[in-house]
Parts: sequence; C-alpha cells; structure tokens
Amino acid sequence: MTDSIDLVSDTDAETGKSGTRDPTPTPRVSGRPRVTGGTPNDANKVIIDFKDVDVYYGDFHAVDSVTVPVREKEITAFIGPSGCGKSTVLRSINRMNDLIESARVEGTITYHGVDLYAPGVDPVEVRRHIGMVFQKPNPFPKSIYENIAFGPKIAGFKGNMDDLVEESLLRAALWNEVKDRLTETALALSGGQQQRLCIARAIATSPDVLLMDEPASALDPIATLRIEDLMYELKQDYTIIIVTHNMQQAARVSDRTAFFSVDVNEGRRTGRLVEFTETAKIFTSPQQRETEDYITGRFG
Amino acid sequence: MAMGLKNRSEATTEDVAKAIRRSKVHWQSTLFSVVLLLLLLTTLVILFVLLADIIVKAYPTFQERGLSFVTSGLSLNPETAGVFTGIVGSLVIALIVVLLAFPIGMSTAIYLEEYAAASRFNRFLDTTVRNLAGVPSIVYGLLGLAMFVPLVRMMGLGGSTDGKNVIAAGITMSALVLPIVIITSSEAIRAVPNSIREAGFGVGATKWEVIRSHVMPVALPGILTGTVLTLARAIGETAPLLVIGVATGYFAPPGDATILDQLTGAYTALPVVVFSWTRQTQGEFAETLAPAAIVVLLGVLFILNGAAIWLRNRTEKKW
Repeated sequence: MTDSIDLVSDTDAETGKSGTRDPTPTPRVSGRPRVTGGTPNDANKVIIDFKDVDVYYGDFHAVDSVTVPVREKEITAFIGPSGCGKSTVLRSINRMNDLIESARVEGTITYHGVDLYAPGVDPVEVRRHIGMVFQKPNPFPKSIYENIAFGPKIAGFKGNMDDLVEESLLRAALWNEVKDRLTETALALSGGQQQRLCIARAIATSPDVLLMDEPASALDPIATLRIEDLMYELKQDYTIIIVTHNMQQAARVSDRTAFFSVDVNEGRRTGRLVEFTETAKIFTSPQQRETEDYITGRFG
Repeated sequence: MAMGLKNRSEATTEDVAKAIRRSKVHWQSTLFSVVLLLLLLTTLVILFVLLADIIVKAYPTFQERGLSFVTSGLSLNPETAGVFTGIVGSLVIALIVVLLAFPIGMSTAIYLEEYAAASRFNRFLDTTVRNLAGVPSIVYGLLGLAMFVPLVRMMGLGGSTDGKNVIAAGITMSALVLPIVIITSSEAIRAVPNSIREAGFGVGATKWEVIRSHVMPVALPGILTGTVLTLARAIGETAPLLVIGVATGYFAPPGDATILDQLTGAYTALPVVVFSWTRQTQGEFAETLAPAAIVVLLGVLFILNGAAIWLRNRTEKKW
C-alpha cells in the first residue's frame, strides 16, 4: 500500500491512458456516433410519471405544467437553457425541494403509481429508492469507504459491508483506482473520481432510480466520457434521469429527451416543457420550432 | 504605457518588452502597505510595552517567592499573600461555564441554523442574541444578583454566603458568554457547505443523521475555537463578580471545610484578586503583587487558549 496519495495513476486514469491497465477498453469512448438515439422501448413500464406538475417558490411560479412519463431502465434527459426549471423538476422527484422552505409542488408525480407527495410519504424513504448525483461532486469529508458505507448503514444494511463497498465501487468503475486506499480521504480524489464515488455512493443503497443533476458539468471531457459510459452500463439495472446543459451529452446517452424552455414575464422566469419525445426524434426532427432553434444553436 | 502599442500585429518583441516593462512605482499600493505595517507595529508596541511593564514589576515577586506565590492563599501580609484562592475560583467558574454555557449555546445554535424556519420570530431571536452579546457585563452582574443568587439559594446551595458564592458566579458568567457561544457556533455551522447536507439527504439520511454525521464533525473545530475563546472572557471579567458579592478582601475557609462548604462559601477569582490588591493601603500589594497576579492570570489564559488550539487540531480531520 502506498503511503502517499497516488496522483500519478489518477492522472493516467483521467487522461484515458488507463488502457494499459484495463485490457478491454470500451470502444464506445472513441467511436461514439453523434446521436445514438438510445434504445427507447415503449414496452418499458412507466416508473415516474409527471402529470401537470407546477413548482412554486413562494408565489414565484418556477415551472409550469410539466407532463413527462419516465420509463424504466431508460435514460431520460432534461435539456434546456439556464433557468428553465429542469433542475427544479428533477429535484422535485426525490423531494429535495422540501429542503427549500417556500417550495411547493402542484400536480402529481407518481413513482410506481404511488403519489410521491401524498400525505404520509416519508421523503427520507423516497430518497432511499431514488438516489441522486449532484452537479458538483460532493463527497463527504471522510474516507472513501465511509462515503459508500454511510447510506447503507443508516438504512439498516445488515450484510457484509466490505463486499457492498467493493461491489458499489466496481459498478461505478472506480474500484481499481481506489482499492488500495479505501481508508484515505475522498477529497484527495480527482474531480472525475469524486463524481464516480458519488455515483457509487448513490447506488450503494440500491435505489431503482438515479437522478443526475448535470453530473459532468464540472468535469473535463475525458472524465465526462467515463461518466457517460458508466451511465450506459448502469442503464441495465437503473432508471436514470439526467439534467444536462450539454446537448451533445443528451444526444449521446439518452433514450428520451424533454426540452424545457423559459418564459420571461415581468422579469420573472417560468420554466415550461416544450417537447418530450425519443432522443433520436428530438434531435433529427423536432416538432416544435423552439426546440429546433435551441438544438441548432439559434437560442440559448 | 499600454497605449503605446497601437498596432499589435506589427509590434516587434522590443515594442512589447517596452510596453510591459515596469515603468512607474504604484505609489498608492506602496503607501497602503506601509500604512498597514505602521498600524500593525502600533498594536504590537502597545502590547509589548504593557507586557514588559507588568513583567518587570512582577519579576521581584516571583524571584523572592517562587512558586509559593501561586500555591499560597490570600493573606493580609504581603510577604505570604498568594493567588491560589483566585486560581481555584476562576477554574471553578470556567468549569461551570463549560458545563452550562457550551451545551446550551451549541444546542441553540444547531436549532437556529438547522431547524428554525425563516420566520419573523426566528429573525427576532437571532437579532436578540446578537444584541445580548453587546450588553455590558455589569448588567449580567445585576441579573446574577437578581436571579441566580436566589436560584442558588433555592437549590439549597446558599451555604454561608447565602447564595453569593462561586456557583452563582459560574451561572452568571455562563449567561454572560452564552450569546457569544451561540453566535460563534452558529457561524461555524453556517460555514458547513450546503453540498454536504445535500449529499447526506440524497442518500436517504434523516435531518438528525445529517447533522450528527456530517454537519457537526465539520463544524466542531470552528465551534471549539470560538467557544474556548469565550472561556477566556469568562475568566477575565471582574465587574459582574463584584456585583454578585465576590470577596474583595482577605478570607480563609474554616479548617474543617468540606468541598461543598468551600463551593458555597466565600470565594474570589483572579481578576478580582488583582482588583482588590490594587486598592490595598499597603504599597507592596499594588506595586509588586498585583502585577504578579496579572502574570498568573495571563498564564492561565494562555494555557486555556493553548488547550483550545490543541483540541481544535485534534478534532480537525487531517484532510
């Protein structure tokens, strides 16, 4: 075990030279087509269903009437210009907006048919089923191991914690880089590694939905590709909803895309869903003029 | 001069070198740093003169008496008078402050920062706490006399002083530093990045788990630093103690006094010892003994601050 923090191998991993250690690098990294279109399948069950959802902060109308069915084991992307409310909509799913006192959700958001805002629903339990990865990597200022173990521990996990930590890190494609320094601080990891740690932390509690709020916006392009690859892997088992500023990213990873826009009314900005459909369609033949303007770069 | 380069595309290396060369003294900047340095030196000189004066005056006492000055109690005879009684009184007051003001203050800070909604009432509470921190200490002495002395009496701890004892003094000092403990703890808690709280909630932690496992460990070093500095304030204050009946003259506990008798009996504290010695008619008390007592008081404060720093470094994670 090395005493010093191994920054050299860290750099290697982030610059994509990890091929020397990993004999089968995924070919998708280099040969990814511009729009994969994903694999949307209408047979997939709707797992999270937005029906006429409005979000308010006090008397400020932040998001207007969003209706989006999110299907199981697909990646759904929310795109749109800044201030269009896509993050607000995302955070209303696992009730992170509850932390903002004045926030209020109208309409219904159901999870497996259960209204997430019904009285008697415990937001703490909701967040154990619907995990979240944030825009800026936010590991706890603790060891790598403790970062992963915290969620399962408070959820009352009784099995072998070492195995769970290993499995979570393996699934987040981080194990090989950190297996020799699990007890060291998570803050010494690079930005990309920290974000994969946060993904490992999110999946350690075995949620079935993962919310990702611009998970790669603070990362360099190589680390971004690694996160995207990871999302592709995780799609086999999880439903992923990703908010992104980066249209290319939405085009590369998602199966379906919701495009949000923003109306400015007397200086107040209200977000609105413009179009929601399969990613391949929204990027090749958008139905709305606004969508086309945005994805061709004429707006936003 | 920056304007010297009219056409950048045709500029030669020489032109550029000339344009970016240091050609004038940025006198405002230099003047500013000189002024800052002078003001810093003023502070240091005042501090140094003060310390040097006291140490020079105190030196003969320590030379003649050695440690016996620290280990012997109050006396009317300057040859044998020492500060031991004062040290004990100050330490007991400090202990009561640690046991009372710290837990109450930290809990209040956690409530105000993590639980209290942004209501008008809570903003009022916050402002009130801040105003309390600025209330003159003598007012706390009056509060102590009106409330804590009777309270101690009611608790059956009045003893021979009828409540005007070190317990009432400790409670009064706790009330005095409580607002400062709340403010410094609040600031340390507020400095914890929200992203850490979100991370905790994001994996399904309850509010209590987030505060216990993530907010408090990060805030603790800051809280400790702030609160232990308030301890120095509690030990240095004189005025409130004078109001609530600290002994300013000579006293000695009876030979067969139990610990309870001593706690509930007459008491004094280091700054009070300094105060009363400067008012003694015998010259030695004011001229040599008081400075020596000041040196001891400063020593106790330095030790406490050192302990605070040690404690903070211990709780602060190495990462």
